[in-house]
Amino acid sequence: MTKTCLIVDDSRVMRKVAMRIVEQLDFEGVEAADGMEALTYCRAAMPDAVLLDWTMPMMDGMAFLQALRQEPGGKAPIVIFCAAETEPAKIRQAIDAGADEYIMKPFDGDIIAAKFEETGLI
Amino acid sequence: MSPEDFSYVADLVRTEAGVVLTSDKVFFLDTRLGPLARREKEAGVDALIARLRSQPTASRIQAVVEAALVPETRFFRNRSAFQTLADLSLPELVKRRGDKGLRILSAGCSSGQEAYSLAILVQESLPQTPTEIVAIDYSRRSLEKARAGLYSHFEVQRGLPIRRLLDNFEKVDENWRASAALRSKIVWSEANLLSDLSGLGQFDVILCRNVLNSFAPAVATACLERLEGRLAADGLLMLGVDEGLILPASFKPEAASGLYRRNVAFVREVKMA
Repeated sequence: MTKTCLIVDDSRVMRKVAMRIVEQLDFEGVEAADGMEALTYCRAAMPDAVLLDWTMPMMDGMAFLQALRQEPGGKAPIVIFCAAETEPAKIRQAIDAGADEYIMKPFDGDIIAAKFEETGLI
Repeated sequence: MSPEDFSYVADLVRTEAGVVLTSDKVFFLDTRLGPLARREKEAGVDALIARLRSQPTASRIQAVVEAALVPETRFFRNRSAFQTLADLSLPELVKRRGDKGLRILSAGCSSGQEAYSLAILVQESLPQTPTEIVAIDYSRRSLEKARAGLYSHFEVQRGLPIRRLLDNFEKVDENWRASAALRSKIVWSEANLLSDLSGLGQFDVILCRNVLNSFAPAVATACLERLEGRLAADGLLMLGVDEGLILPASFKPEAASGLYRRNVAFVREVKMA
């Protein structure tokens, strides 16, 4: 069965870029523009992977991650932050909050593929 | 690039480094030499080669050959082989060596990702074992970069899990530098794999990956013989995926892809003869 990847980012351009990459990795991509929208999606159907921006309106990436991990079945998805934040202390916060991996923007297809491999998604 | 210029450079690369550039590599060579032409303030690649042909000094030759050779590299390339090293091979060797510790060779280390990957493994799985990692390469430029341990945002995201990045690197402006602890585990040395390597001493593990497959077969065999001479009788050799085909009968494969052990039976036969 095709695995799904939820792409959470408030930038439409960024979502399109990520969408193209995950589709090349044989994932079905789904989009959400903020954490709230993403959480609603997850409550209906848990994705296999989440590519998660940090800074977003309504609900940011960190708040989404903490809420997701409290949901029934919410520990299952592989969550990979994909954010502009590159300060080591901040990145460590994201990992400590339950993210499986972290991609620093800007990224390319090769990096997403490498991180999917590291987390066992492919 | 004219066919004449291409074969001129290809000849240099073959005689200097033993690497064969087939004619389908014209575009590849052109893009590799572009940055060098800019650094040398030449009008372009053609002008760079024209200058080289009229005044082929040793430093010009080395610069062109190095630029032609810069390979793609990433951290923990072929992860499963590294995992086997950490879980099985290194602990087993440590048990036999005791306090003597281990010596590991990264042969053709390029810009250092392989050597730093090894240093991370050793730090994580054998923190008590004194280990020396020796990394050699033909390219002075690559070695300078490797020794500095400074990698771009893009480079550190290829093969390096985020925890290992945070634990072993520090952020310097937009780049990431390997920690002093990691850097202190590695000795860098400029050496050609086609030259005498006996000065390097003996090693328990030798990694030589994605180097041999660019060599002409006779050169690859000669290089393997030199490396075999540096490997302990119970040592391990790690090649790139699919590079084992050229191995002599004196090696046999280990379980994991890319890992080989000296064939003890074979060694004994030779000794008796």
